[in-house]
Amino acid sequence: MSFLQWFTDPTNWLGSGGIPSQVGFQLAFSLVAIVIALIIAFPLGVYSGHTGRGEALLMGGANAARALPTLGFLILMVMLLAPRIPNKLAYIIPSLIVLVALALPPLIAATIVGIQGVDRSVIDAARGMGYTPRDVIWKVEVPCAMPSLVAGLRSATLQVVATATVVSYVSLPGLGRYILDGRATGNYAEMTAGAVLVAVLALVLEVAFSAASKYLVSPGLSHSTRRRHSDPEPDGTSPEDITMEGILHEYR
Amino acid sequence: MNTGKPFRNTTRGALVGSVALISVAALAACGSPDSGDGGKESADGGQSIIIGSADFAESQLLASIYSQALQSEGIAVTEKLNIGSREVYIQALEDGSIDLIPEYDGYLMAHLSPGEELPHGDALTAQLSESLPEGLMILEPSAAENRDALVVPREIAEQYSLKTTSDLQPVAAELVLGGPPEWTDRFEGVKGLEEVYGLTFKEFQVLDAGGPLTLAALTGGQIHVGDMFTSDPAIQENNLVALEDDKGLFPSARVVPVIRESSATAEVVEILDRVSRSLTQESLMEMNGRISTGEDLNAIAADWLSTSGITAQ
Repeated sequence: MSFLQWFTDPTNWLGSGGIPSQVGFQLAFSLVAIVIALIIAFPLGVYSGHTGRGEALLMGGANAARALPTLGFLILMVMLLAPRIPNKLAYIIPSLIVLVALALPPLIAATIVGIQGVDRSVIDAARGMGYTPRDVIWKVEVPCAMPSLVAGLRSATLQVVATATVVSYVSLPGLGRYILDGRATGNYAEMTAGAVLVAVLALVLEVAFSAASKYLVSPGLSHSTRRRHSDPEPDGTSPEDITMEGILHEYR
Repeated sequence: MNTGKPFRNTTRGALVGSVALISVAALAACGSPDSGDGGKESADGGQSIIIGSADFAESQLLASIYSQALQSEGIAVTEKLNIGSREVYIQALEDGSIDLIPEYDGYLMAHLSPGEELPHGDALTAQLSESLPEGLMILEPSAAENRDALVVPREIAEQYSLKTTSDLQPVAAELVLGGPPEWTDRFEGVKGLEEVYGLTFKEFQVLDAGGPLTLAALTGGQIHVGDMFTSDPAIQENNLVALEDDKGLFPSARVVPVIRESSATAEVVEILDRVSRSLTQESLMEMNGRISTGEDLNAIAADWLSTSGITAQ
């Protein structure tokens, strides 16, 4: 069976093992992991970026976490939790933990870098106008850090969606089912289809993020970003470069 | 890094996309680590025998035993262990990617002619020799056997007084079954349990072939019935009960080498037959016990080969 035949076979589109259901699981599971990671990473990143404290610890920790082998970590967690939780949560919780661990480094790094990259004179001006520290964070620093935050979120999302296939190794559904079950039964059409679906999903999300960043990032900011790029002496590393470097670092 | 051009985003998009693709490829690859060096030619320029194995420890152990036994007689070998499931490695044997692999007779037969009634013993060996694809042959089977069996924790066996697989019939709908991914499609799996035994479980959880995930799920309570192998010492160690396969769904599983005819010289056959004659069920279980404590497969293989007198001390 060729892989196009596999895609056009209606039985592969129906039911609990069908493409819509598996894509839905992959997306929903990734979304939960990203949201949890964001809840952890955002406050830590804002705190460290705003106060300048704990930066070495957080950035160092985030970089060290990049080295975690996801599949090995997942199986280790399942082995540790299986005797303690006598139901499916013994697979769901470890799977979420490894995906959150994967999403944390780009999110933390992007938040810290974004907030630190805000021009000091802007913050001084805000203070001078009587902004409280809370106002400085929410009205100046976070909006100004938005390009970096969105870039970090985008990189984290793509990594998580692409990696969420590993959860099928511990019996959960998702696109990894096609890859693992296809391999086990020698059905390479199914395996290829699984891999292609993951890639397509990642590309669709990439496009969606490009569109979303237009709405999330203040137009004035994107103007100033552009101006800074043509500046022969940029006053620091651009936030977008940091995340790209992070992605390269991840796969070096 | 700053190009100052408005196209930066596009380039980066392509990069992120390709990173996503790479991670898919890496994931697919990490399921089948290739320990062999991939060369068909041995160091002295002659043809080396490429030994493969399935993706579970016992198969890798048996392949290591074959490998060391052949090497001790000066035959050049290349190891390509941990290939995958039968569907994959039989293909590799046929196309000559590997020359030799340890197999289980009934399982191989069921793979070659699915759905057919399986004989046992010598009749099976004869039928197997006839059915193997052109260019492949089996050698003498050993006495050591490792069948699949449905395994349940002792409390569940006692609660429902389970002794045989048929006993599961009235309670299967309340129980969760765990097994390897190929069980979703293979007759000797979910389908066979349904057709031969009339068992429809509450759920089928895809785990591994009698490996650590299945064991952890059986002892942890995530599944109630799991697929394990009869020669696995973990069954007794973890207070589990292997249910008798009373309707013979799972085929006989004597260890037998399958080899490409072009590699089966008289010397090679003689060495492998000697290994098969010495290999007993007890020694296989004992070696499996050592595997489960994390000992090195090569060391276990070497110990057995020297104690059974196949290699010099």
